[in-house]
Amino acid sequence: MSKIPTDLNYTRAHEWLRTLAHGIVEFGITDHAQHALGDLVFIELPEVGRKLEAGGACAVVESVKSASDVYSPISGEVVECNGALLDAPETVNQDAYGAGWLMRVRLDPRAGAPADLMSAADYEKFLETEGE
Amino acid sequence: MGRRTVLFDLHRALGARIVDFGGWDMPLQYGSQIVEHHAVRRAAGVFDVSHMCVIDLTGGRARELLERILANDVGKLKAPGQMLYGCMLNESAGIIDDLVVGFIADSRFRIVVNAGTRDKDLGWIRRHARGFGVAVIERTDLAILAIQGPEARAKTAALLSGADADAALALRPFHGSEIGGWFVSRTGYTGEDGFEVIVPAVDAERIWREVSALGVLPCGLGARDTLRLEAGMNLYGSDMDETTHPFESGLGWTVAMQPAGRRFIGRDALESGGALHPPRRLVGLVLEERGVLRSHQRVIVPGIGEGAITSGSFAPTLERSIALARVPALTGDTVQVEIRGKLLGARVVKPPFVRLGKPLVQ
Repeated sequence: MSKIPTDLNYTRAHEWLRTLAHGIVEFGITDHAQHALGDLVFIELPEVGRKLEAGGACAVVESVKSASDVYSPISGEVVECNGALLDAPETVNQDAYGAGWLMRVRLDPRAGAPADLMSAADYEKFLETEGE
Repeated sequence: MGRRTVLFDLHRALGARIVDFGGWDMPLQYGSQIVEHHAVRRAAGVFDVSHMCVIDLTGGRARELLERILANDVGKLKAPGQMLYGCMLNESAGIIDDLVVGFIADSRFRIVVNAGTRDKDLGWIRRHARGFGVAVIERTDLAILAIQGPEARAKTAALLSGADADAALALRPFHGSEIGGWFVSRTGYTGEDGFEVIVPAVDAERIWREVSALGVLPCGLGARDTLRLEAGMNLYGSDMDETTHPFESGLGWTVAMQPAGRRFIGRDALESGGALHPPRRLVGLVLEERGVLRSHQRVIVPGIGEGAITSGSFAPTLERSIALARVPALTGDTVQVEIRGKLLGARVVKPPFVRLGKPLVQ
């Protein structure tokens, strides 16, 4: 079974979000996602300052076998990326919800609250319906 | 649902992630693909490759049939036990499949062909076998385990009784023979020492469990692919197919143009079409920057032309990305590869990248 911390929100694209102070959100991919991808060997992150649209591709995670786009769960501006992942992409496999965070984004106030976020309990049900 | 080997339920019980490979439901990995890769380079791993097809060719003219349908010369097999790698070509010299043939007896040869080309190969071989009166027997009663790595031969021999173990350990590279009810060959697809054992399907699970109990790690097709790529070995359907011929696929060494009188299928096309000096060749690439080379990425050779990657991956032994690529024959020492719109530098090298655990490129 995947780990699903109860203090985070989740998307149908298997990303997690953590609300930090000052309208800043941190996100990454879930334990389920890292497990499905397998050993990660390369991660491409956006430039700080880049404006993200909710649903737009914002990063690439590559396992031994394949490359997968990560889609931004929110609209806003990238304020920080987890540069440590460039040299140690396997951190996402080892600690998807902690040291394996991907980026921090300042929410675009005009975009309103992110839609379609799930609680941990709802994400767990979602995984069951997907046939984990 | 795809076809399944006799070990499918065991793979599931071991927690393998199952993927489609050439119409077969096969284990991609049991745990970490990188751990499985390193196990084969440093100790030993076992792969279920029973999706590959064992075909026995029997009859007094079996050798003549093989002289006709293989681009390599089966005449190089002088004594029972010797084995040969080569390609079956169509009339245009396109590669129908690559295969290994073993010389068992004067009227009996055994070949092993790829899973995805099984039906096509059987049809082709049967069509040509008729004229030679050779029986083509698809051995669905057998399973194939590849036990690979520096410790693989000793671990495999430990499953055999004294005399059989001695016979297996005495096999020289690229030799194979029937030992204790198995066909044991010192062959593989990893760049490491080891055996491939062809065994009765009913015994495969017991053998798998016994060799696992000796510390040989179950490995999936994911690790098999990174191991063969590091070893510079082609994958049929990726690095060559019916639209490419051996000389533009890094396989010119497997085509025996001598003796000149051996009229193998594809020879005329090779001789008349300029294929012996092709405009494209298959090379190895080492990515000089961060990123991962993947098949179908565009290769730019400044001032000369373009090519494409045919197989690419992260190479666990080298901790960087490598690839096989088909490029213009005049390509020099460096190229650029387009990855998501960016041009990254790569070095051109001659495969293999890794051999017997040792990196051969920096």
